[in-house]
Amino acid sequence: MNGLTLHQKLENHAGLLIFGIVVVAAMGGLVQVLPSIFQESLAEASENVRPYTAVELAGRDLYIREGCHVCHTQQIRPLVAEVERYGPYSRAGEFVYDRPFLWGSKRTGPDLHRVGGRYTDIWHEVHLIDPRAVVPDSIMPAYPWLAERQLETGDIAARMRALQTLGHPYTEEEIAGAEAALEGLREIDALIVYLQMLGTSIPEEVYP
Amino acid sequence: MQSEVLTNSPDERFDDAVVATLVGFSVAWAILAMAVGVYLSAELIWSWLDFGQPWLSFGRLRPVHTTGVIFGFGISALMATAFYSVQRTSHIRLFMPRLAWFCCYGWQVLMVLGLWSLMAGWTSTKEYAELEWPFDIAIAILWVSFGIVFFGTIAKRRIRPIYISNWFYGGLIIVITMIHIVNSLAIPVGLSKSYSIYAGAQDAVVQWWYGHNAVGFLLTGGFLGMLYYFLPKQANQPLWSYRLSILAFWAFTYTYIWAGPHHLHYSAIPEWVQSLAVVMSLILLAPSWATLINGVMTVSKAWEKLRVDPALKFIVLSLAFYGLATFEGPMMAIRSVNVISHFTDWTVGHVHSGALGWNAMITYGTFYFLVPRLFNCELYSTRLANIHFWLALGGTMLYILAMWAAGVSQGLLWLSVDEIGELQFSFKDIMASMAPYYGLRLVAGMIFLGGTVLMAWNLFMTMRSGVIVDRYPARVESEFAMGSAVRMPS
Repeated sequence: MNGLTLHQKLENHAGLLIFGIVVVAAMGGLVQVLPSIFQESLAEASENVRPYTAVELAGRDLYIREGCHVCHTQQIRPLVAEVERYGPYSRAGEFVYDRPFLWGSKRTGPDLHRVGGRYTDIWHEVHLIDPRAVVPDSIMPAYPWLAERQLETGDIAARMRALQTLGHPYTEEEIAGAEAALEGLREIDALIVYLQMLGTSIPEEVYP
Repeated sequence: MQSEVLTNSPDERFDDAVVATLVGFSVAWAILAMAVGVYLSAELIWSWLDFGQPWLSFGRLRPVHTTGVIFGFGISALMATAFYSVQRTSHIRLFMPRLAWFCCYGWQVLMVLGLWSLMAGWTSTKEYAELEWPFDIAIAILWVSFGIVFFGTIAKRRIRPIYISNWFYGGLIIVITMIHIVNSLAIPVGLSKSYSIYAGAQDAVVQWWYGHNAVGFLLTGGFLGMLYYFLPKQANQPLWSYRLSILAFWAFTYTYIWAGPHHLHYSAIPEWVQSLAVVMSLILLAPSWATLINGVMTVSKAWEKLRVDPALKFIVLSLAFYGLATFEGPMMAIRSVNVISHFTDWTVGHVHSGALGWNAMITYGTFYFLVPRLFNCELYSTRLANIHFWLALGGTMLYILAMWAAGVSQGLLWLSVDEIGELQFSFKDIMASMAPYYGLRLVAGMIFLGGTVLMAWNLFMTMRSGVIVDRYPARVESEFAMGSAVRMPS
């Protein structure tokens, strides 16, 4: 049977055609994606990397809700200019508690992976409420509502519990105390706590 | 056409009302989602345009634009054309027509609620898969229903060979099911929130396996199904090389899947995964251009029709942009090019040369062809369609040029260091110099949107002047007949 008659079979049978598409399309994923999912070194936390605290997690979920990742990346490439501009390049071990990952695909604003500790809390607060108050030419939207809304505390324990199911090593005390930790905070406070811890697990003096 | 029918029993007539309805929805989503795009591009110039409203904020509205275009406009158009062409190429009406109507309306309800949820801040963050888990489940159900109607129709077809357009639509249905389910796996916490079962670098690899192949099998493969049916129909010429189309199909389906990680160059994923993606991206050029050559050669015997047929003009132009975008893609996948283009507006320009130049244009051409046929009348205005053609071409070119200029300067300026290795430009100064390009892009978007509105008016007036007529399966040559066609006199 030559290639053409073999192919005629595929052309004439819907079931074979479906089967053919599934097999051919699955190959790339099996060889390339599957090993990455099971590669342990990609899921191993770097030194000093720990799961997000209740407040940091709440802040991160706000970062997601407002779509900050649409304009800001969290992925510093190992290039001279990038390391100079943003700090040590990003390592896989720093992201093991990131669900979902927030590397982004577009820099309409600067990379934020190592923004933690670069500005004061009050700078962040002013900047989030009115970016042009501190960066005159900025085209970033203003987020005044973050300062007006109280942080919702209701399901923080459930969120941490879900992450615990996925393997984040939260203790029972941490989960039990989560709601209390969020008590009285505004949304902007939690977001700033998250921004201030971003990328701080790697000290700049130690790594390029 | 009517004289050559296989049967004209009322039970056998094609289900074309669902096709017409989907065309209408598709055009509506095109206008809405492109208008959101224009609004977003204005927000990048005048940052106060969100009026302090969270739901109008750039970060929330951007996925509304992309989801509206890809899933509202794109999928509605793909469902419409798949339902239309699978009936013609199988010589039989749709399998389970009620399920087809369920897909049609179900999808629209999903889109309305989905876009609302994005504005409310529900998002998984995964690009082109931002909708949260309740919508992911609904998408899976509707998608499988689409597959049942489509493959069911093929299973009971009356002609033995399965035409090439159906392979691409089939690939669309199968591969999107696979990548959608794998990428969306998450643990829900309440209705509006879930956490991905993958974390960090692994989540990135899975997401771009999805993201790249949503572009591959939906925006490229799905629309190639449209091309392979409607281009020969419109040019009234047989496909130049059927064998080449088959070769291109398998090479495309095999190779595309591997190229995803080129979205993650210089990131913290394994280097071999990145390198493999570069090689596969370059190989992908071959099947992509095989289809381009096949398409151009098919039209080459009917060039004179280009002068009078605006629908064919759109389709031929879409082929040109298809060729451009499928060349640019592999180039941008090379690491030394990617180092400049990554994270910049060049990527945005590339996406739009595909989305405007290829996806939108081929859909517009197909709709100009389809609506007069469905409603058995002439197009309301060929002149308006010609004006639309030039608006679409002008808008797309201006958009791409503006974003190329913006993207290349961003990439080069970000990386530029002086002789002692100090950064030469601050980020905010570089971005502040982008205003003219963003202004041009806004104008380009408005021109393109204006053309789309003209088309909507033209198609609406066409639909009003005719009625959907009953169409019946065509006669099948006895040597190819199968199923119920064997028993029918031809």
